[in-house]
Parts: sequence; C-alpha cells; structure tokens
Amino acid sequence: MFDALSERFERLSASLRSRGRLSDADLDRALDDVRSALLEADVELGVVGAFLSAVRERLSGQELAQSLTPGQQVIKAVHEELIEVLGATPLKVTYASRPPTVVLLAGLQGSGKTTAAAKLAAWFKQQGRQPLLIAADLQRPAAVEQLRVLARQVGVDVFSEPSTPLKVARRGLAEATRLGRDVVIIDTAGRLTIDQELMDEVRAVAKATSPHYTFLVIDAVTGQDAVRTARSFNEALALSGLIVTKLDYDARGGAVLSARGVVGRPVVFASTGEKITDFDLFYPERMASRILGMGDVLTLIEQAERTVDADVVAESAGRMMSGTFTLDDFLAQLSQVRKMGSLGGLMKLMPGVSKEMRTAASNVDEGELNRVEAIVRSMTPQERSNPSIINGSRRTRIARGSATSVGAVNQLLRQFGEMRKMMRQMGSGSAPALPGGLGRMAGLAAKASRGDQLPAGFEALGAGMASATTGSRVAKNKKKKGGRVTPPKQR
Amino acid sequence: MIVLYVVLAVVVLAAAVVVVRRVRRRARPAPPRRAAMPEILVRDVAPMPQLDVEPSLNQRLATSRGVFDRLRSITGARELSGDQLALVEEVLLRSDVGVATTSEVLEQLRAHGAPDGVAPALRQILVDSLRHKRSTSSTADEGRVAVWLFVGVNGVGKTTTIGKLAQRHRGEGRRVMLAAGDTFRAAAADQLEQWANRTGSDIVRAAEGADPGSVVHDAVGRASARGDDIVLADTAGRRANSSNLLDELAKVRRVADRPPGQVLETLLVLDATTGQNALSQAHEFLAATGVTGIVLTKLDGTARGGIVIAIERDFDIPVKFVGIGEGVGDLVVFDPETFVDSLLGAQR
Repeated sequence: MFDALSERFERLSASLRSRGRLSDADLDRALDDVRSALLEADVELGVVGAFLSAVRERLSGQELAQSLTPGQQVIKAVHEELIEVLGATPLKVTYASRPPTVVLLAGLQGSGKTTAAAKLAAWFKQQGRQPLLIAADLQRPAAVEQLRVLARQVGVDVFSEPSTPLKVARRGLAEATRLGRDVVIIDTAGRLTIDQELMDEVRAVAKATSPHYTFLVIDAVTGQDAVRTARSFNEALALSGLIVTKLDYDARGGAVLSARGVVGRPVVFASTGEKITDFDLFYPERMASRILGMGDVLTLIEQAERTVDADVVAESAGRMMSGTFTLDDFLAQLSQVRKMGSLGGLMKLMPGVSKEMRTAASNVDEGELNRVEAIVRSMTPQERSNPSIINGSRRTRIARGSATSVGAVNQLLRQFGEMRKMMRQMGSGSAPALPGGLGRMAGLAAKASRGDQLPAGFEALGAGMASATTGSRVAKNKKKKGGRVTPPKQR
Repeated sequence: MIVLYVVLAVVVLAAAVVVVRRVRRRARPAPPRRAAMPEILVRDVAPMPQLDVEPSLNQRLATSRGVFDRLRSITGARELSGDQLALVEEVLLRSDVGVATTSEVLEQLRAHGAPDGVAPALRQILVDSLRHKRSTSSTADEGRVAVWLFVGVNGVGKTTTIGKLAQRHRGEGRRVMLAAGDTFRAAAADQLEQWANRTGSDIVRAAEGADPGSVVHDAVGRASARGDDIVLADTAGRRANSSNLLDELAKVRRVADRPPGQVLETLLVLDATTGQNALSQAHEFLAATGVTGIVLTKLDGTARGGIVIAIERDFDIPVKFVGIGEGVGDLVVFDPETFVDSLLGAQR
C-alpha cells in the first residue's frame, strides 16, 4: 500500500511533458499524488494543505532541472521541504546552572510516556548525568511499579508516594536537590486533552516544578488527531519539544509532521523499540523519507559509512557488475552487511522493498547466517573462486565441515548461481527478475553505473552524499560521538 | 533462502552509493539557498466540519454547526457540486477513514446523488457499510471453559479493556478468571491484579518473562477446576510487523483453545487515535490469531476512530465494543448508528 508512491511517481514522470518549465497543470497532478501519499501517511489534512501550498509556491514556474524528470523534481523538492520542516530549529539540551534540570513528560494514554521516561533517564545517564525519576502517574494501576522496574534496569532511582501528582512532583524535586541529582524526569499520567480537570492538574505540576524542558510524547501510529493533541498540550504547557515513540512499527508516522507543523517545536528524541537502548536523537531526514515511503536510505548509508569498509565493497561491487563475483566476495560482503546490523533492520531502511521481503528478512535468524558462513568457510580457496568444481564428494565434505547437510550446501550453491546470473544481467543493464522491489533497485544501480538519471530518492541521497563528502564529514569508520545532543543540521 | 537476496540488495545499494558519489563529485554545485519553510505550518487547527443528521443523537456533545447548515439546507441534489464533495471528503479524511475508503464513498455519492440531502445520504452509506454480525459468544461447549483472548499493539488499552469486560461479565452473573498473559511489560500483571480485586475476579499470574502460553494454560486449567465460566486472557502488546512476536501469539491462542479451554472470541484492541496503521494491525493480527472482533478504545477523546470503517470494509472484522472513558463501566456495545452520527457531527 505504501510502496505505491514511488511507482506512482515513476508513472507520473513519464506522463509529464517536459517543456523546460514546470507548468501549473504538471504541478497539479504531481502534487495531487503527494497529497494522497501524505494523507496515507497520516499527516493531518490542514497540515497537508499548508505544506503543499508552500511547496507549490516554491516550485511554480521553476525551471526544469536537466538531470531530472519533472516528477522526480517535484518529489525531490517535497523531500527537501519535509526535511526542512521536520528539522527546523533543533533543540540543544543544555543543563541548568543551578541543578537539577527538570524534564516533564506529558501525553495521551498509551503513548509510551513511562517507557520513554526510563529511556530518557538512561540517555541522560549515558551523558554522564545523575538523573532521578519522579513517578507522578498515580492514575493508571501499577504505573509507578512499571517505572520502578524499568528504572531498576537502567540503574536510576525513582521517587514516588501515594499522595497527589502535585505533591509527588514537589517532594521529588526536593529529594533530588537533597541527593544532589542534576536531572529530574517527571512522568505524568496519560490524559485526554478534553479532560479539563486533568489538564489543569498537569499545568499545576508544571507550575510547581517550572521544568526546563517539557516534552509531549506522541506515538507514530497516531492519525489525524495528532494536531489537536499537540496543540492542546502546547497551549496548556508551552512545549519545548516532542518525543516520538513506536517508530519500530510499520506506520509511516505522518503524525510527527502534523504535530510539528502545529506547535512549531522540534522533535527531539525518537524511540524505536522495546529495549531501553532503542532510543536516540531524532533525525529529520530519515523521517522525511519514511513519510514519503522512500525507505530510509540515509540511515542505511550512515550505518554503512560507520561500519563498512568502502574499499571492500567497491571492489566486489565492481566484480559483481562484471559477473566475476566469487564466493569469497560473497563472504566478504556478508560480513560487511552483518556488521551493519540485523537483516530485518536493514531491509526496513531499504527503499522499494516489498512488505513480504521485509517480513521474511526480519525473520532470518542469526543462526541461519552463521550456517551460510560456515558452509562457505568449509570450502577450499579453489572451490570458492570456482564453485563449478564442487562435485558430490566435495559437497559431502563441505556439509560435514560446516555441520550442515548436503541439501543445505546444494541450496546455497544453487542460489549463489542464480545470484551471479542476476548480477551479470544487472551489469549488462537489463533489470533482472528479482523478487519485490529488488529488481528495480538492481536496474537503478545499472542505470547509475551508466551515468543515467536516478529517481528522486537516489537524487536526494546523492545530494546528501555530495554535501557529506565536501563538508567536514566524520571520518570513515569513526564511531559517532556519543555525547552529541543536537541532531545534525541539514545541508 | 532470503539471506542471499538481502545481501545482494545491500551490495547493490552500496554499489549505487559509490557510483552516485562519483557522479556527484563531478556534478554541479549545491543549489542556492531559498527562502525558509515556515516553522509553524498551521496556526489554527481547523474545527472538525460537521454533518449533523439528527442533532438529538448528539446531545451530550455541544454542537456548533455553522458551515454545515449550508450543506444541510440543500435538499434533493441529484448531482453534488465539487464544493459539497470536498466538504464530505474533509469530514471523512479528518476522521481517519483513509484515502481509499473516502474516495469510494465519494464515488457512491457522485453516482447516486443525494436526493434527501448530503448528510443523510452519507450517513446511510456509512451505516450500510457497517452491517456485520456483532454478537459475542460467552457460552462454551459442555465441559469446556470459554476463553476471550485480547491482542493488540502496545498502549492501546488491552489491560484496561479486560478490567471493564470483567466487570461486565460479573454483572451478568458469570465467574471470571483473568490470565495475566502480558509477561513482558513491567508491572502489567500488577495492573491486571488490581482490576481483579476491583471486579472480584480470580487471577493467574506468573513472574515477568514467563511463557505467556503457560500462564494462559494454567488459567484455563484452574478456571475449569474452580468452575469459572470465562477466562479473559491478556497478552503483551506487540508491534504487528514482527512475525516472531505474532507466532508467539498464535501459540498462545492454540494453547488456550486446547480442552478444557475454548477460544470463543479473539478481540483486537484498537486505539481510536490510530491512523492508517490500524489497517496493517488488523491484517497481521487477523492472520496470526483469527481475530473475531474489535474493541475500539479511547473514543472519549477528540479522535473519531474512522479507520474502523476501512477495517470492516477490508477485513470483515466487526467492532464489538467501544471504550468511552476511564471508569469501570465505560465500555459499551458498539452501535453503528451512534458511531456514524458522532463521526459526522460530534464536536466538543
């Protein structure tokens, strides 16, 4: 359902006539498709309208770029604008000169406040701070207990008492001062924005504790209602930013844009999973690609840049195109890919990959990869560079050496043969019959190698790469600094 | 063997990156800086347009209908104007009904017109689309114990829903056993235990991290021994795009359905604020556990939960209960007409 966008754009760009300039009619048709895409991604209707008119103003009458089809030009512009909206005025977390720095979390029921509180505490701890958690959610049964359990996992203390949220917050703050804690995170009960009583209560808590940061916790699967929620909380609490949760779901997360577009405050943190460590600063460019359904190429590239040895990849990519890919290359690639993280995670970031592929990949367990590696490692160097010499007795030996079966060895060899065949086709420029969106990807790579145009996702990617290579880029293989608190500014 | 394809995909991508980077190095300089995008896109949140049909149905909601008096006054339009259709579209999209279902409804309106006014015509189309059997079953075969299983993603209100339904069953004179099958989330069992105390139900719980299947198995066994009538089984919230987690859930269902247990209902709990992802949730949970109905929670906020119209249309899963508040009695049987009226006209 979501992957339809890129296809739609390919059709569109073919049908738009290039007359040197983007005509209004061309723009209408292109932006209509963008509108549907944004709505399907749960961006709120009013925000969609405002966003598109801004894009239209920018694009109207613009000259057509040489290297792009009109449709590509539109989606590239949309992508850039999205990044701009999502990434404007990033928030830098600074610490109060007179500690503690107080952080207040608020949100609807079930948006993930309690989990986010614990994750945030872990993040502060990682920054070298000593946080104290205050459990002021006395509404939901066992919410305090939940925070205690999570806090124990991250090694942070929790303050709470069975009184009122206001008293808990006040006393907690005093306790933090007494203990010399420099960060205090207050978890409040989930509340509906129309519940005046509860909204007054959270306002009173904010007034009593005068938080340095007030974050709205909003989950990525939220629909049109995100604007109402964000606006009401902003009116009640003057938010400093947003924390988006449940980004590990397959939702496209348009709610983030809705909320951002209404309150004009930045998204600061993103929570991407159930584990305490699945929490990081928010990256606007990733969210932009995700909302447009373009996959998250930039994260993938960043991951690749951090972990992959570019020379190794380039070398075997070259051999791949020329059709002389060997099992040694395969092994090298496999270990490179494994360094980047789990296959399921990688597939999620890939543009144009079908849902089936994604699910399949997320279910590949590491054991299977280990077996594949073991099989290849059980071959002699000669066998690896020339698999055709592998006869029956060699297969038996390999199976025994890798503790697998002859069937498994056969399967690997057969698949490898197919893979090589596809690579040869790719090298020669015809799109091979790969499952899912891979065919298209392969076609793209072939196109790119011939210097042809790339569709918008890759254009944006290319632009990002260009700025990355010209600017003071983090050196290859260098780990990202842990202590950075501002999301990287966009190009 | 998917591994090879994935590796291939990554390699292809890496190759593309390398090539693109080379091309880029030769390519043009960065485009000149343009005027900045406005930081706040929308200053005022547009009030939800309303299509009041019978205001009397919305008495608990203070309605202010301005724009729509115009629409309501147009009676007997054989053909609808673009403006009218746009208004209908806005109502539907803002309720999270979704693009596909909205265009279908618009298509119907366009084709048949609205002889008795736009609002009644739209109401009729939506009510008609919600024609599913909604009865629930709580009587198991002779010698077996009825089991209702609750599934859903994180934070939708599964545990709270169970608490409310326990109260409902108690009110109907049944003996209820709760199974704390959410062994993942910290303190989830504590939360359920408080509901058990509040409603006078029995509960079976295990340590955190225990096998949810075994908790449910124990609960069914004990319920059967004690002569309880129904087991309400909680499960951990899980994202719908991980088949490992869904497989675990399928196993819980199989265990629960083994005699003396009998799974009569598998209810997908859905948060009314959820957008289009609800479709994906319905699809995955249906495939894994054979969902028999939906509980739509948090309908007391400003969210409309229009996505259930798309879900009923696409997957034939009926909405059976609606959560409308935090109180133990705030769970009602779903009524399509009331729902549609609030979808079209509710404004607080």
